[in-house]
Amino acid sequence: MRDVSIVGIGQTKVGEHWEKSLRDLAVESLWAAMDEVGIEKADALYVGNMLGGQFVGQEHLGTLIADFAGLRGTEAFRVEAACCSGAAALRQGYLAVASGLHDIVAVTGVEKMTDALGCTTAAGLATATDGDYEASQGLSLVAVHALLMRRYMYKYGATNADFAMFAVNAHRNAVGNPYAMFHRPISKDAFEKARMIADPINLLDSAPVADGAATLVLCPREQASEFSTQPIRISASAVATDSVALHDRRDLLFLESAYLSAKRAYQQAGVGPDDIDVFELHDAFTIMSALSLEACGFAERGEGYRLGQNGNISLEGPTPICTMGGLKARGNPVGATGVYQVVEVVEQLRGQAGPNQVQSPRLGMAQNIGGSGGTAITHIMEAMN
Amino acid sequence: MDMPRHWRLKEQRYNLVGTECLICGAKLFPPRPVCPDCNSKQMQPFTFSGQGEVYSYSTIFEAPLGYEGFIPYAVALVKLKEGPVVTAQLTDLDNDEAQVGMEVEMVTRKLREYGEDGVIVYGYKFRPIGWY
Repeated sequence: MRDVSIVGIGQTKVGEHWEKSLRDLAVESLWAAMDEVGIEKADALYVGNMLGGQFVGQEHLGTLIADFAGLRGTEAFRVEAACCSGAAALRQGYLAVASGLHDIVAVTGVEKMTDALGCTTAAGLATATDGDYEASQGLSLVAVHALLMRRYMYKYGATNADFAMFAVNAHRNAVGNPYAMFHRPISKDAFEKARMIADPINLLDSAPVADGAATLVLCPREQASEFSTQPIRISASAVATDSVALHDRRDLLFLESAYLSAKRAYQQAGVGPDDIDVFELHDAFTIMSALSLEACGFAERGEGYRLGQNGNISLEGPTPICTMGGLKARGNPVGATGVYQVVEVVEQLRGQAGPNQVQSPRLGMAQNIGGSGGTAITHIMEAMN
Repeated sequence: MDMPRHWRLKEQRYNLVGTECLICGAKLFPPRPVCPDCNSKQMQPFTFSGQGEVYSYSTIFEAPLGYEGFIPYAVALVKLKEGPVVTAQLTDLDNDEAQVGMEVEMVTRKLREYGEDGVIVYGYKFRPIGWY
């Protein structure tokens, strides 16, 4: 096994890109990352994407994107793990470089969601659930999370408003991220007045659907200085699974996949939650922020929602999360999100996060979650200088 | 065509047939070929009573394609008397009526239609006990 470094990043702005297709977005981010590294070829391209087949009628994405990026002939294919397809593609790239089979690997996450209408989007996202036993009962992905949130609130005595600061923090941070979808802060009051999607989840509990693409370029650590003055080491890469269906969990209010993947990542990197300076967690819904913080060791069970309330999660706090806006306010182009998270951790570790720069971070963690917790993929990155 | 996909599930949708593990006794819905508790593959069919209580609930205001006509509608996690939790719609109650702990029973209802030439899908929903 070889150590793996990230030497290049690229991203498109997240938003509603009416004038750009899925392939346009993917190529744009791929070229941005390859330009930064100064390469025109890669040994392999792995594409993270969840919904291309459903939303734009396009599968076979690895090959399509390789072809249109000028990489015809290159090994390329798509990796899918619902909402954590992006991190799954990074995992694939990591394995390819760590194994010694490839030296230069590009990982692109891409999603094109805004061509589809609302109810089609909801049906597409619901394919992340158990189709025969959740989606076919009329459940949206939001509704599955609403059942999770309601039970959490019932058990721990939390209210809907107690989750507001996760959304407020994300929107505040997105203001300083030029690639984010939203650049307007929101108030706690606006959160409490937002319309319900599936109660208790309201519009501002939920990350928005969006278009976007992000790319990472990986290489062996010993070659990294040839390609970058600020290579970022991948100290850990870990995947864990649970039941796809929420109702099949051993413990409904504990994200076992997130716990296991974080635990494996901490072991691989030889660190613990106290060592993590920046945490890009999977805030698809505010309840997931609370549950991820608990599963990854930043809060006791039933206490995760309180972390949002007292400044702990802000850029200046002990556990900065969603430092560039998170899924909530950077936007959630689903299959691209896991790659965006790591791009943002790299920006922080390089000291390139602009007004959102966390003070001298050394270790950053990104956790991408599929469905309501069926899959969780955790990566830990380390600044090398 | 969606017909076989729904037809295959008729025992689950109409009769709540799951499995029972012959080794550890776990009762499971939906049916599984291997027990998640003890890893045994010695499973036999088990028909649930359909009695249970609401473990969590939500009212859906933005529905997936195929369910738009029902909004707003209540959904729940129902903890069956025999142990497992099932995801289903609640029926025969007002949308602000659901509560954690409410006793419910399975009934057969229409889940959705697939247009003029498509199938009408029936399946389980749950209603409060003693509602009528």
